[in-house]
Amino acid sequence: MVTTYAVTQALRGGIVSPARVGAVINRNVGALRSGPAYWMVLFSGFFEPVLYLLSIGIGVGALVGDLTLKDGQVITYAAFVAPAMLAVSAMSGALAETTFNFFFKFKYVKTYDAMLATPLRPAEIAAGELLWAMIRGSLYTGAFLIVMVAMGLTSAGWALLAFPATWLVGLAFGAVGMAASTYIRGWQDFDLISAGQFAMFLFSGTFSPVQDYPPAVEVLIAVTPLYHAVELIRGITTGSLGWAMLGHVLYLIVMMALGLYVASRRLTTVLCR
Amino acid sequence: MIYARGLVKRFGEFTAVDGIDLEVAPGEAFGFLGPNGAGKSSTMRMIGCVSRPTAGELRILDMDPVREGPAIRGRLGVCPQTDNLDPDLTVFENLTTYARYFGIPRPEARRRAAELLEFVQLTEKSGSTVDPLSGGMKRRLSIARAMINEPDLVLLDEPTTGLDPQARHLLWERLFRLKQRGVTLVLTTHYMDEAEQLCDRLVVMDAGKIVAEGSPRHLIETHSTREVVELRFGDEPPAAYVEKLAGIGQRLDPLPDRLLLYSDDGDGAVDEVHRRGFTPSSVLVRRATLEDVFLILTGRTLVD
Repeated sequence: MVTTYAVTQALRGGIVSPARVGAVINRNVGALRSGPAYWMVLFSGFFEPVLYLLSIGIGVGALVGDLTLKDGQVITYAAFVAPAMLAVSAMSGALAETTFNFFFKFKYVKTYDAMLATPLRPAEIAAGELLWAMIRGSLYTGAFLIVMVAMGLTSAGWALLAFPATWLVGLAFGAVGMAASTYIRGWQDFDLISAGQFAMFLFSGTFSPVQDYPPAVEVLIAVTPLYHAVELIRGITTGSLGWAMLGHVLYLIVMMALGLYVASRRLTTVLCR
Repeated sequence: MIYARGLVKRFGEFTAVDGIDLEVAPGEAFGFLGPNGAGKSSTMRMIGCVSRPTAGELRILDMDPVREGPAIRGRLGVCPQTDNLDPDLTVFENLTTYARYFGIPRPEARRRAAELLEFVQLTEKSGSTVDPLSGGMKRRLSIARAMINEPDLVLLDEPTTGLDPQARHLLWERLFRLKQRGVTLVLTTHYMDEAEQLCDRLVVMDAGKIVAEGSPRHLIETHSTREVVELRFGDEPPAAYVEKLAGIGQRLDPLPDRLLLYSDDGDGAVDEVHRRGFTPSSVLVRRATLEDVFLILTGRTLVD
């Protein structure tokens, strides 16, 4: 509802035109069609979380046994890890687009300078790139959800509900990644982003419940974004909904709004000097 | 088309454009001539509505560039100084994708793209990506891209810098045809031959200010003599001859490698040099150019 409100306000205020945002997305569709290299990237992005699911979810899961959730539901370790991998692929799918690709277009091939010579505005460029990043991430998460249903790790119904939740995760991480990319000085800075991404990947309740950590660590984890994404999606795929999920949704919406705001501001200050 | 009064652009402490006045009429080919760093590109970016003026008044197509940026940009064609074509797209898609940014419907975009590729002689390259194109071809594609929205005003920032002579002439010829169609052209250059070829009227810029304004012919007539004699001496540096040749012609300018002697009668001036008993190692009498105008006005050459 908050998003809908923000979007209608933005449209009414003439900040973004849907047609122009669509034109930015159209550019990326064109790029996707023109080169085989891009398809390779998409392909590898799908397999990474699947491999984790097979090696850790199934392999390690055989040693770990079943887990009891807070609501008393008993699930297999694979069913515990799978939604986390789903959240991770939504995150990395969107981030790949708004960090590497965005930075390359921003700094080197000057795609956005070219766009700004047309009626396009910075906010429209940021919105278009973000939506495209979300679409790219949803190609991964859609495929991954099919794998999950096929393996009996969630039901088709919950999978249908989890799909839009992965969109939100993609929008939130994509927006913050884009904002960060406008501050990046060179390729070496990407190591920082990768390190942060990997730390979150390991500790955000992905492979073990956060309740098993010392309280201080638990609080620290609760501040970081991937935790909220994992909790939201796990709640859906395991069918244990709760009020706390609204908090996770709100966290992700704020993240998206802030990221978009900073990214379009930075596009203006850097490119429209 | 363009109206500016006291236009200023500052970046922190640095003043790139220092209070310039401009007026460009429809159908005109208008040039900014000046060395690198004169403020030409900053002015172009303000006219292109991507950079906000720091002070002064600016109107483009009778609109306010700050409030009505997108509406103005929709009627401009911009060919930037460094090509920013899309490397992920084909030559044809570069045009059709760009057309979408202007809200041009797909079939119309395809029709215009095909027509423009014909115009800039790139039809055979239509399906190629941008990377393998030569510098001249990329420039032509940039110009085609700038024309995709059938603009009222085309901005060209150093359109032929870095191109070989053949590519430059082809580009000039295409730009001349645009001009004949009644398109208003505004371009920057640091080549005086380019300014002479293309511009009906130009301003000479130096250090953020306009130092002279008029048609190429008018500028030469007002600021220079009809002819210029270039003298080279084998023995002493050109500066040493300034005193020895004083009084010949209207003005003497020593450059590191040659001495420029401004006179309406070049041959007469050469005779006078010989009569004073000096024998230059080479003598060239030529018509005055904008380069000379620039040197007279600023004491510096255009291309360092």
